[in-house]
Amino acid sequence: MKSSVIVFPGSNCDRDIADALEKMQFKNKMVWHKETELPKSDLIVIPGGFSYGDYLRSGAIAGKSLIIDEVIKAANSGCLVLGICNGFQILTETGLLNGTLLRNKNLKFINKDVYIKVINHESKFTNKYKRDQVLKINIAHNEGNYFTDSKHLSELHNENLIVFKYCDKEGNIDDKSNPNGSLKNIAGIFNSKKNILGMMPHPERMIDDIISNKDGVNLFSSLLN
Amino acid sequence: MKLTKDIIKKHGLEPEEFKNIKKLLKREPNLLELGIFSAMWNEHCSYKSSKIHLKKLPTTGKQVIQGPGENAGVIDIGDNDAIVFKIESHNHPSYIEPYQGAATGVGGILRDVFTMGARPIALLNSIHFGSPNHSKTKSLLNGVVSGIGGYGNCIGIPTVGGETKFDETYNENILVNAMAVGHVKKNKIFYSKAKGLNKSVVYVGSKTGRDGIHGASMASAEFDENSEDKKPTVQVGDPFTEKLLMEACLELMKDNSIISIQDMGAAGLTSSSVEMASKGELGIELELDKVPCREENMSPYEMMLSESQERMLIILEEGKELHAKKIFDKWDLDFVIIGKTTNTNNLTLKFNNKIEGEIPIEALATKAPLYDRAWVKKKPVKSKINLKDLKKIKIEDALFKILSSPNHSNKSWVTNQYDQSVMCDTVQKSGSDAAVIRIHNKDKAIAVSVDSSANYCKSHPNSGGKQIVCENWRNLITVGAKPLAITNCLNFGNPENKEIMGEFAECLDGIKEACEFLNYPVVSGNVSFYNGTNKKNIFPTPVIGGVGLIKNLTKPLNHNFKKDKSKLLLIGKTFGHLGQSCFLKENYSLKVGVPPEINLLNEKNNGESLLELIDNNLVLSSHDVSSGGLITAISEMAMSSSFGAKIYKPKKLTNLYEYFFGEDQARYIIEIEAINLPKVEKILKDRDIFFENIGFTQKEYFEIEGELKISTKELYEINNKWYNNY
Repeated sequence: MKSSVIVFPGSNCDRDIADALEKMQFKNKMVWHKETELPKSDLIVIPGGFSYGDYLRSGAIAGKSLIIDEVIKAANSGCLVLGICNGFQILTETGLLNGTLLRNKNLKFINKDVYIKVINHESKFTNKYKRDQVLKINIAHNEGNYFTDSKHLSELHNENLIVFKYCDKEGNIDDKSNPNGSLKNIAGIFNSKKNILGMMPHPERMIDDIISNKDGVNLFSSLLN
Repeated sequence: MKLTKDIIKKHGLEPEEFKNIKKLLKREPNLLELGIFSAMWNEHCSYKSSKIHLKKLPTTGKQVIQGPGENAGVIDIGDNDAIVFKIESHNHPSYIEPYQGAATGVGGILRDVFTMGARPIALLNSIHFGSPNHSKTKSLLNGVVSGIGGYGNCIGIPTVGGETKFDETYNENILVNAMAVGHVKKNKIFYSKAKGLNKSVVYVGSKTGRDGIHGASMASAEFDENSEDKKPTVQVGDPFTEKLLMEACLELMKDNSIISIQDMGAAGLTSSSVEMASKGELGIELELDKVPCREENMSPYEMMLSESQERMLIILEEGKELHAKKIFDKWDLDFVIIGKTTNTNNLTLKFNNKIEGEIPIEALATKAPLYDRAWVKKKPVKSKINLKDLKKIKIEDALFKILSSPNHSNKSWVTNQYDQSVMCDTVQKSGSDAAVIRIHNKDKAIAVSVDSSANYCKSHPNSGGKQIVCENWRNLITVGAKPLAITNCLNFGNPENKEIMGEFAECLDGIKEACEFLNYPVVSGNVSFYNGTNKKNIFPTPVIGGVGLIKNLTKPLNHNFKKDKSKLLLIGKTFGHLGQSCFLKENYSLKVGVPPEINLLNEKNNGESLLELIDNNLVLSSHDVSSGGLITAISEMAMSSSFGAKIYKPKKLTNLYEYFFGEDQARYIIEIEAINLPKVEKILKDRDIFFENIGFTQKEYFEIEGELKISTKELYEINNKWYNNY
């Protein structure tokens, strides 16, 4: 499977995701933001970081960059797109995903391992997970507080577009297990065609037992399935 | 313009020093030249009060590739891998403007590391605040922590460890020390020494603005009630540009285009150009009208003294200019040839084709003032603790008091604001004795720890100096690392005060002695004097940052209890030393007595023996015993796991306070499988190591025979309250 990782100035999880993809046997290419053509890809990844410094609004400038037009074109023609952390923020800025990511409820950057529950386990991205499987996964963001309007929220529910929700170790989804104030504990969503996944947690940080655990591995192996 | 006494004083120069300048120049300097002298001759850049003492420190060893004198120290970790590291203070700016002060502290130390060709792989810090009750502490804590996080998180280097402490001695002068660690191939290290004539001197990075002018001079004076007015001397950080600068520099460093490279840190363009020329015994000529400026009509004086961040000076090989420019263009960074190396041995500054200033390089560097300041030995502390005079207190209550105190509370409120995991090589994060970072794509790792003990150093500077080195050494041992070398950040008060200078000299003697004995050389560091306000000096606070090597990273070791019913051994002798202890401070608000004595031979033997046990896979978890004593250490091991422990009552020592809270050194607690006990005992006995069997792990409860029984969950809650309620 061929993948492309888009690199913006200020991306800082680009190496991490590239390492993860290569470890999982993807044929990966790095694509600089000034490029105007995408290599042929089955998967496009927009990595975490602080694209263009995120000085305006997270992801706002990246959402208007040269390469992003190509990403939008590819996404609209069905290519799989994965946006992690800043990548998720960028996807909402481009309109490929609806809703927005507000500042964390506590107004602070949060980095820690949290638990998320796999809500939709029947997608291209999640078919190797079990229904309601609880994953321990790392988050690291300032703006991860997902918000959307009620019309879109019911669409997310009705069409099974919510992929991950924050929960506790036992899988309970409540305010206590919500690290950043996200609406309905949402940690990751699909677009309506389910070829685009945006998520705040970092699966690429969870593929190695010495560092953390292997709870992120199945996201990549699902794609290869 | 006539240089009046007032102008000279405002530049922080003594009348005697000004006379000396005239002698070296054989004329009066102009204002630009005066500014440059003030930037190079201040305490922060010249180390004029500390140099003769720093010379005593051991700086060499088989493991050392580069000792002090470069942007950072470099050590060898085998297989053509080297580790570059340094710690630096940003105390004064952080007190005036906590967010930017702390952020640029991180930015500056990162540049020191990637200037040498290394990719930064970890950040650590040591931050000291005043009493939590002081009106400024809360906002300073918030500002500094978000500043450190803001910079490190954005640039994408994990902040993996450090210490956050509170004490009233820092009420008017906080400490913010930042440490960066990088990895480089041994044959790709870059240095700052210029070589060759007529080579292009290139300015890269951010544009120059009017921020930070005289920052280094500010850091070389005490604060007073007007310190707030110094806000404009604090630099503003831009981690995004630093990220670009780092990537661009590392890209250019892949080939041999660079002759020498130096970051523009304190005293900006001035110190970077002078240092490169001085090391290469060359002259350097700059055309200042070419300097990229952020603001209009900047004068040569402002350009030379600006401390705008995220800038570098590079001397390029001939013919590499276009190639290098392409890389910096790609990263949207300024790249301008602003001068060349010369054979005049002068710093020559041109502006609009006119020479605006010309100073012999050696006058700024090697001829800078050097002081052997008067100092006095610390008078021995006589105060003794008579335990009988103290109010009786239950062991349990004393322990709770410690675990819930600001200094011993769980610090996840702080560390959760730092990205500790980016780069995917963080094996062990903050909260362990030492952080462990894997070398990318290899199965070896380094361990890093930052430590300080100001109360010990105040009461007995020599023992205090030794103690921090030893504690730092122990912290690396407990995670299974062989300690290799240290960097130090020496935070002291006003060196013109004899007692303060005495604290400095004696602390350094202690550090020297311990480093020599443990083969633990100092490879980089920084001195920060004048930490105080209106003659009130801080306690002497040398901070040690140590790096060790884990050759085979198979199973990471930390201090969390691992199993039910394992044996707990205490390595090292317990005498029950309570002087300057956390027990007295937290329970009786007493800072009395002397710190525990250091026996370097025991330190070395106990530490090396533990390493042997770890290398033989005999240790499940290990923890050093330091502030708060044995009982605090065991509580920490329990709280970070789901197991408790049952500890026997001591047989010999009758006083339980002394046994459980004493801070005797060279001690470790280890958890081992019961079945391995004979093997462990044999190794320790063969090496003649004193150890005690103190108990065993159990489910749920932390228990001391006949004294206390408490669930680890409750301990955890006690330990996790303070920050959230502050």
